Amino acid sequence: MLSLSGERTDAKGIIQEKSNSNNILRGTSTLKRGFAHMLKNGVVMDVTTVEQAQIAEDAGAVSVMVLDKLPSDVRKAGGVARTASIRIIQDIMDSVTIPVMAKCRIGHVYEAKVLDETNVDMIDESEVLTPADEHHHIWKWDFTTPFVNGARSLSEALRRIEEGAAMIRTKGEPGTGNVAEAVTHIKKVNDELRTIKSIYDSGDDQDLIRIAREFKVSYDIVAKTAKLGRLPVVNFAAGGIATPADAAYLMSLGCDGIFVGSGIFNADDAKERARAIVLATTFWNESDKVKEAQKMIDERQSMLGLDVKTLELRMQDRGGLA
Amino acid sequence: MSLTVGVLAIQGDVHENITSTQRAIKELGVEGSVISVKTSEEISKLDGLIIPGGESTTIGQLSLVNSLLKIIKEKIEQGMPVLGICAGMIMLSKTANDRVVGKTDQPLLDLLDINLERNSFGRQKESFEANISMNSINIPKFNGVFIRAPSVSDTGSGVEVLAKFNEKIIAVKKGNMLGVSFHPELTEDVSLHKYFINLIKKSRN
Repeated sequence: MLSLSGERTDAKGIIQEKSNSNNILRGTSTLKRGFAHMLKNGVVMDVTTVEQAQIAEDAGAVSVMVLDKLPSDVRKAGGVARTASIRIIQDIMDSVTIPVMAKCRIGHVYEAKVLDETNVDMIDESEVLTPADEHHHIWKWDFTTPFVNGARSLSEALRRIEEGAAMIRTKGEPGTGNVAEAVTHIKKVNDELRTIKSIYDSGDDQDLIRIAREFKVSYDIVAKTAKLGRLPVVNFAAGGIATPADAAYLMSLGCDGIFVGSGIFNADDAKERARAIVLATTFWNESDKVKEAQKMIDERQSMLGLDVKTLELRMQDRGGLA
Repeated sequence: MSLTVGVLAIQGDVHENITSTQRAIKELGVEGSVISVKTSEEISKLDGLIIPGGESTTIGQLSLVNSLLKIIKEKIEQGMPVLGICAGMIMLSKTANDRVVGKTDQPLLDLLDINLERNSFGRQKESFEANISMNSINIPKFNGVFIRAPSVSDTGSGVEVLAKFNEKIIAVKKGNMLGVSFHPELTEDVSLHKYFINLIKKSRN
């Protein structure tokens, strides 16, 4: 069963059709959020080529995310980062059986429409690409395709859900091989959830209204989320995950799954590392198995980590104020 | 008599199936518990197993770890009732072809004599909700939630077709095995989970 707080039943993205005298509905919250539920306890891997997508599928990834450049290469290349080539996205869709996601720029309604037409399984409105709108995110209810969005706090997550996101990924700092920011943000979200839950349990409605104002979201979604004690959509960890132990640690903090970017394909042992991260995500609560997974990789082949404090480009801050 | 029902917790929507099964058990007034399982020891103690929706390639590959597939197969062959949902039905099948990619070499249990087409209704944008009926098991109306769903392209002997949608087979049963293309755990309706609990109860008697 799904808790559907923040859903809209009158959204433009919901299509009613008749097929052989059957009434059918597409694009409902149940279908969009349900899709995200099917990814739970899995790993979504960033890929740039058909070969990488096949390695990801063979390693047991639940989905691939198609990008033009891996986050660490976006970081090096600089300039404006946009959505990937449609031809590559289509080639990847034709070559793997697992779902295919692609990223569009924050607020770029038409990049999203192009991906929607391409028929990708999920669109990521992502801060890894250069934001197209400094003030607004996409109104995602208008799409039949589900969206995933990044968040560093509960207020950001709930704002994205009210705009129609079917899934959240707590942001880390992508392309760094440094898991610190991802850890900080999931802990922040968890702390904030605990706070609103205790306010809900105490019956102090006035305080929940104060929080709704502070978060810039409706009272309704705050109250329902507080009652639930967790986000009303699936939440994955992302940004800087490079080793099996990183993945297992984030799962232990309550994430529903993992996004891995540059951590795999910028390491020298991509195949083994992809497989090892999947194993560690599945068996995160059995530390002997996580050790086995960690043994499959060689730290000397890990991507070089970056200290987040010295970075000139902090991708996680993009789109954060809207 | 107390029943132990397991939900295979490799990957996918495990939690929702646990909740739906717990509700079904409570509504039926049956004594029983529901647990998530991922080791051979846990599976060997079960009276019934649900293989949930998720990514069948992932569930299949990771079930090779610790010979889980082998023990699941043995238990089902010995008569343990199993409910395969979406990816779970793919796991039960003999062969699975993908609509786009064609033949896949993913690990399967090869127990239920059906051939199956993966992503039969299309990609996520084509995912849909529609009412379906499973009259032969007394569920005349059920809200089917189909997410990148498979369908059964043909059935072997003794496989009963429980439901079709637009001429495609979407629910089947053979003996102790039940397979459905849609996701009952994503709705409030627990009638299919109740039917499965009754199937487990009968197998214990």
